[in-house]
Amino acid sequence: MKRSFLSIVRKELIHIFRDKQSLFMVLTMPLLMLLLYGYAITLDMKAIDIIIADHSAGPESRELIRHIEATDFFKVSVYRGGVAHIGELFQNREAQCILEIPRDYGESIRTGIPVQLQLSIDASDPNAANFIQNYVSRVATLSFAGYKGLFTVEPRVFYNPDMRSAPFFIPGLIALILLLICALLTSIAIVREKESGTMEQLLVSPVKPVQIILGKVLPYTFLGFFDGLMILIVGSLLFDVPIQGSVLLIMAMMLIYVVTGLSLGMLVSTVAKTQAVAMLAAITMTVLPSMLMSGFIFPISSMPEIFQLVSRIIPATYFIEIIRGIVLKGNDLHNLYKPASILLGLDAVLIALSIRAFKIRLE
Amino acid sequence: MSHSDRETVLEARDFVKNYGEVKAVRGVSFSVQKGEIFGLIGPDGGGKTSLMRSLVSLLKIDGGELYFKGQAVSGNPDYVRRNIGYMPQRFSLYQDMSVAENLRFFADLFNVDRDLAETRIEELYGFSGLKPFASRKAGALSGGMKQKLALSCMLVHSPDVVVLDEPTFGVDPVSRSEFWQILGKLKEEGTSILVSTAYMDEADLCDRVGLMFNGRILIVDEPSALPERYPGKLYSVRTDEPHLVHDALEESGLCGECNLFGEGVHLTLADGTAESRIGDLLRENNLAFESFEAIESGIEDLFLRLMKGDGDER
Repeated sequence: MKRSFLSIVRKELIHIFRDKQSLFMVLTMPLLMLLLYGYAITLDMKAIDIIIADHSAGPESRELIRHIEATDFFKVSVYRGGVAHIGELFQNREAQCILEIPRDYGESIRTGIPVQLQLSIDASDPNAANFIQNYVSRVATLSFAGYKGLFTVEPRVFYNPDMRSAPFFIPGLIALILLLICALLTSIAIVREKESGTMEQLLVSPVKPVQIILGKVLPYTFLGFFDGLMILIVGSLLFDVPIQGSVLLIMAMMLIYVVTGLSLGMLVSTVAKTQAVAMLAAITMTVLPSMLMSGFIFPISSMPEIFQLVSRIIPATYFIEIIRGIVLKGNDLHNLYKPASILLGLDAVLIALSIRAFKIRLE
Repeated sequence: MSHSDRETVLEARDFVKNYGEVKAVRGVSFSVQKGEIFGLIGPDGGGKTSLMRSLVSLLKIDGGELYFKGQAVSGNPDYVRRNIGYMPQRFSLYQDMSVAENLRFFADLFNVDRDLAETRIEELYGFSGLKPFASRKAGALSGGMKQKLALSCMLVHSPDVVVLDEPTFGVDPVSRSEFWQILGKLKEEGTSILVSTAYMDEADLCDRVGLMFNGRILIVDEPSALPERYPGKLYSVRTDEPHLVHDALEESGLCGECNLFGEGVHLTLADGTAESRIGDLLRENNLAFESFEAIESGIEDLFLRLMKGDGDER
């Protein structure tokens, strides 16, 4: 019985390495996706257009403007006179925010009277609006140095002190890409044999569905694991995402997760009638839910309850928790045994379902 | 059964196979005896493939039962699959794998012992003449060689009952003849063979044939006995203008059967028609012909006749 299983494994390995074109795709596609999405998906803001209407035009206001210009967060245009039509500036996208410095600014600073600056923000992008508000307040506070209130809050930021988005997104992106690639790899594994007619010959033999399913999953596990390592290393180096925890632990978890993706694809393949349908199904089943409901971008806790339930059956949810935990917080197995065992459980369930769904007849 | 002294290896009893509304096989009974070549002969769409796929447990049985070595196929698919040799109609090997790799794959799949497999593969190379092509990819083989490889792959576990679905379909005449020689050798070794074909001339190479059409097996007999099964007396008109002669005879109403063949027209006489009327008619129409004589019926004649009888049940 072991021989039948090994013969399937060997055969699949031959298919993998003989089909150079597909192999090239399998090795380059995840990298390409990592680069495209890695650079496109970021919440870090740069070069926000700000118009500063400086009515005061004194050394104090110039000091404030200098502070604002010093960051690469803002792209500053200074208006000497007033700004008449704020709405029109926003409509024409000439600025995302407008800061007005009042005529008595210099005098107020010198005499120590509280002063009010007017900040108008285009909040059609609420996320950006939030950033702008925080940033301007911080810069303004800096500029008021020596002018302290009764108490201040000193925030201490853990795990991602610069609050860059890359350490948050890149691990999630790895989870997303890996699931898609793995599901795609096996989605055609069975249906291809149905289409080419080889299944008809394969079925009239002592081989059992469990041997066919596992015999096909095993070789692809190596390939998927290799892809995973590749994007982990490239992602970590290229986007400057230091790994706080154990790389070995990530690799072990990745192995479990690769099998989840592969068995998901396998299930699709046992049910699908054609390769085209299988691939489409694999893409839809992995990318869409994983992107939206796994906590990749949007926090699960703020979703409607029904989505929160759905997120619990999405494999990426658990792997994102695991990989973010290890990369950002240096989690060890002790912190992660729960999502890890759920992933293992998903593996078992998906493989069992594939074996059940495997048709031993041609109809 | 007339073959009671011999062992039955494959048997169908009132076997029925439907695809939804379409009736592919409508109640078929026949049996294959140990050590014989049984040919299922008939045109495409007659139900041959459905019958064979069902025999090797690849399809669900809708009525009756099929038996492999006395065991019901429906209840023992594992037993059938372990022991039978099956060659599907479509080329079903891995095109990106070499001849040797395909052979070894099927040897492992059937758990054939390594040393045993090596000897067996050498033996099969002897049969098929594929040894010089051992390292060639299956996809790069000619049609005839592909079929020999497919046959070799399904023989690698030395089954003593094999089912071949149109193995010579689309293969050149020389390769066809070689293929049948291999089947002959297999038979000498004691292998029982069920083979289907749409080529009528291959009937003579079988020990017994079943004529299958429109989901039924109409006649089962030895090939040499088939001419006697033809109802009525058959004549042949040899001519260089078979189309014109055929049309003239068909219109005249003198014939019962009137079928176009390569060398002329085969016909039977309608009730009350004298033999001489045929020659007279052709001469009246200024149609040249070489000869007009009674002949022994061939399998095509039989088929054309049987198909007419069954046509209304379509």
